[in-house]
Amino acid sequence: MIENRPVSTAISHFVLLAGVAIVLFPIWITIVAASHDVARLLEVPLPLGLGDQFFENLKQVVGKGVEGSTPIGIMLFNSLVMALMIAFGKISISLLSAYAIVYFDFRFRMLFFWMIFITLMLPVEVRILPTYEVVAKLGMLDTYWGLTIPLIASATATFMFRQTFLSVPDELLEAARIDGAGPMQFFWDILLPVSRTSIAAMFVILFIYGWNQYLWPLLVTTDKNMMTIVMSIKNMMEALEETPKWHHIMMTALLAMIPPVLVVIGMQKLFVKGLTETEK
Amino acid sequence: MSDSSTKGSSQNPSHIRLKGVEKIYPNGYKAIHGIDMEIEEGEFVVLVGPSGCGKSTLLRMVAGLEDITHGEVYIAGRKVNDLEPSQRDIAMVFQNYALYPHMTVYKNMAYGLKNLGTPKDEIDKRVNEVAKLLELEELLNRRPKQLSGGQRQRVAMGRAIVRKPTAFLFDEPLSNLDAKLRVQMRLVIKNLQARLGTTTLYVTHDQVEAMTMADRLIVLKDGIAEQIGTPMELYDRPETQFVAGFIGSPAMNFIEADLSDDGNTLQFGDTKLPLKEKLSNQTSKITFGFRPEHVTLSDSGAMSLQVNLVEHLGAESIIHAKLGDSPITLRLNGHIDAKNGDTLKVDIDADRYHFFDKNAGIRI
Amino acid sequence: MWPASQAVYQSLLVEDAFGMSSQFVWLDNFIELFEDDHYIKTFGRTLFFSAMVAMLSLSVSLVLAAMADRVIRGTGIYRTLLIWPYAVAPVVAGALWVFLFYPTTGIISTFLTSMGYEWNHQLKGNQAMALVVIAAAWKQISYNFLFFLAGMQAIPKSLIEAAAIDAASPAKRFWTIIFPLITPTTFFLLVVNIVYAFFETFGIIHVVTKGGPANATEILVFKVYNDGFVGLDLGGSAAQSVILMVLVIGMTIFQFKYIERKVEY
Ligand SMILES: Nc1ncnc2c1ncn2[C@@H]1O[C@H](COP(=O)(O)OP(=O)(O)O)[C@@H](O)[C@H]1O
Ligand SMILES: [Mg+2]
Repeated sequence: MIENRPVSTAISHFVLLAGVAIVLFPIWITIVAASHDVARLLEVPLPLGLGDQFFENLKQVVGKGVEGSTPIGIMLFNSLVMALMIAFGKISISLLSAYAIVYFDFRFRMLFFWMIFITLMLPVEVRILPTYEVVAKLGMLDTYWGLTIPLIASATATFMFRQTFLSVPDELLEAARIDGAGPMQFFWDILLPVSRTSIAAMFVILFIYGWNQYLWPLLVTTDKNMMTIVMSIKNMMEALEETPKWHHIMMTALLAMIPPVLVVIGMQKLFVKGLTETEK
Repeated sequence: MSDSSTKGSSQNPSHIRLKGVEKIYPNGYKAIHGIDMEIEEGEFVVLVGPSGCGKSTLLRMVAGLEDITHGEVYIAGRKVNDLEPSQRDIAMVFQNYALYPHMTVYKNMAYGLKNLGTPKDEIDKRVNEVAKLLELEELLNRRPKQLSGGQRQRVAMGRAIVRKPTAFLFDEPLSNLDAKLRVQMRLVIKNLQARLGTTTLYVTHDQVEAMTMADRLIVLKDGIAEQIGTPMELYDRPETQFVAGFIGSPAMNFIEADLSDDGNTLQFGDTKLPLKEKLSNQTSKITFGFRPEHVTLSDSGAMSLQVNLVEHLGAESIIHAKLGDSPITLRLNGHIDAKNGDTLKVDIDADRYHFFDKNAGIRI
Repeated sequence: MWPASQAVYQSLLVEDAFGMSSQFVWLDNFIELFEDDHYIKTFGRTLFFSAMVAMLSLSVSLVLAAMADRVIRGTGIYRTLLIWPYAVAPVVAGALWVFLFYPTTGIISTFLTSMGYEWNHQLKGNQAMALVVIAAAWKQISYNFLFFLAGMQAIPKSLIEAAAIDAASPAKRFWTIIFPLITPTTFFLLVVNIVYAFFETFGIIHVVTKGGPANATEILVFKVYNDGFVGLDLGGSAAQSVILMVLVIGMTIFQFKYIERKVEY
């Protein structure tokens, strides 16, 4: 960058390419494995190049499912619903509570703040037992609500948005007040659009968070039709000893990673900007 | 200067009126100590003072962005203490402009009108009118980020003008611009205001800006109005030493002096200065002030100064010198040939003496 | 209304966390825990695991970010390629790495075995630990890379140029100028990585080793689950939850303190 030394630039590129190769190697092998038949994947050494069974495997997995399990298509749909519900639910709630915390000078605001902080900060993994009890009591096992609500209730996003809102200059609110905007109008017309990179970043984070959820869905769903794709990988891995169907597992793994990867790459610019601007 | 731009109808001469206005912040800090002020319709009034003296606080109380702790504020005859900013029929230009970053220039200007429920074609007409006035037509579809500092400043003004408010409030609107642009924009704002005839309250810490733009000034210090008057009143007859030192550039020279018992001579160091008129004060401790430009070189001059440094500005020279231990600045026309260590003999224009009580800082 | 009711609803849940292992047994559970060798060991293992994950992931992404900051062209492409693992679910990541290291057929494991290094993470505890560390660190590289790169790109170019004029070599510039200047980022990432390793690696471990062999990879979150849902020792599990809660709260407060401080600048 400073000096234009082709050698050092070449070394940098080389290191980066090597890094990329190592990081992406498992993903490449996934694609490879998803394109061979079951027999080929039991012969050592395993292939490093693509086979011809890709679409065969795809058809089998998406349409019929593996060994009488639910078709992956249904699970993909469940995963999508769960990820979107979590992302949208959490973003709306967090935006509203962050707005209240930052802009309204109500009494006991600090108390409220800490209450949210303490109660909502905890990852589901940690409060899993009590949460399970409550969801079970409310009869929400095996429902989308049961899947998502406990995951929605967490404060990380609230605090991200609080940071974003705090960085919005006060004058913007004052200008809007002079321009005759009420609290809700300010929220919709000014604050939301101004915070859109943070919201986009949060959407990516939460979509992936929701899509990748695993422990919680495992606990609250017993109905096969409510299974998510991430859970199904786990189930197939359990059966590995008896029937090592690596071609199906890897095809499913591939399908399980495509949507979140697409989301993160598609929204990369906003994601990176929102993430690195608000968090640091 | 003051009468030429004071137009508009005289039906309601005091357009903005402050009555015993005080501000105490929630933390107990008293930022404004009771200010009374009447601003006439169409008048351009500048609030000036050093940083932290409460200018913004006072302006923001007029705008409705800060609660008024005590006293009353009237705008166009209406008491506005309890009105929302949007109900006060004012427009404000902020130091950092506070443009809505996600809206185009057009939308920035239209937003306030839209909130008032103004019909679309009326909004369109007005925005275009103002855009033309401020030469913003080409920029209407840009976002604030794509504008230069000066352009943003004009958009901020456009946003204020388009509302056709009863008063403009400016809070240091030029301080984010470079020096040259600042001088240009001073003129633009002044001309626009004269043309629109809208009552204006303008905050700045820059006394040159204040002097050049104001019909009348309020000099504020620590939340107290030191003096209210036209620029020339403040220049010719500053009521306090603070005002005297604050207005004018380079600043007025001050010398600690003793008044003779008969009140006819002033003594400082080796210098004895006879006075034209007899001066009387409670104590003999006087601060004597004179402006750098009210001095002439003369071989028979009453004061002899030790030259430190001369700044040659072409048309004039600024001479930094010393009288005993007091630093003295002179501003003389033309090129003055003097250098460090020289002695200069000078006379001070006897009509332009200023005297202040040394302890109270009040004009005698 | 909604967020408020959510908060109330949520606070109910936490009430339950305390209420369910009823007031009286409560403290006993804690005492039991701290007298339990097994638990203390798990604690130590979790610390070790987190430290390894954080170190591995941070160092790899630091090198890559430093290189990406140096090249003029292609930074964006490298970023796009390196962002992938972030989106992959822990469980899926676990499955991928198991496939690569599967004792009988895995590409890497058979390679290692042919090189004379016997690989079987299903039997050897330290290999199992190595595998979960690799899988967990792999997933976190993307995030660290993004932050390191952003941190480096935020350093004013003039500073680097001044150093270049002072005849500092690129390596020296990195260690004396760039690295000290991104210290806040590094600290932040360190906390994030530790929190990640503590709480978000459950899926990886569950798939790769199930905490085995012989508990070699059992970390705290896994034990909460195992004791509660498999061992059905609800009281003990809840007490562990409480301890974890305290840990999370501590670490997040630390994290937010850091952010708060940053904002003031
Ligand atoms: N919200 C506040 N709370 C307490 N003190 C304040 C607040 N805002 C301003 N002040 C204090 O009031 C004084 C005047 O502030 P301000 O009106 O902003 O000054 P300026 O003349 O520079 O515009 C300053 O000393 C400032 O520290
Ligand atoms: Mg101010």
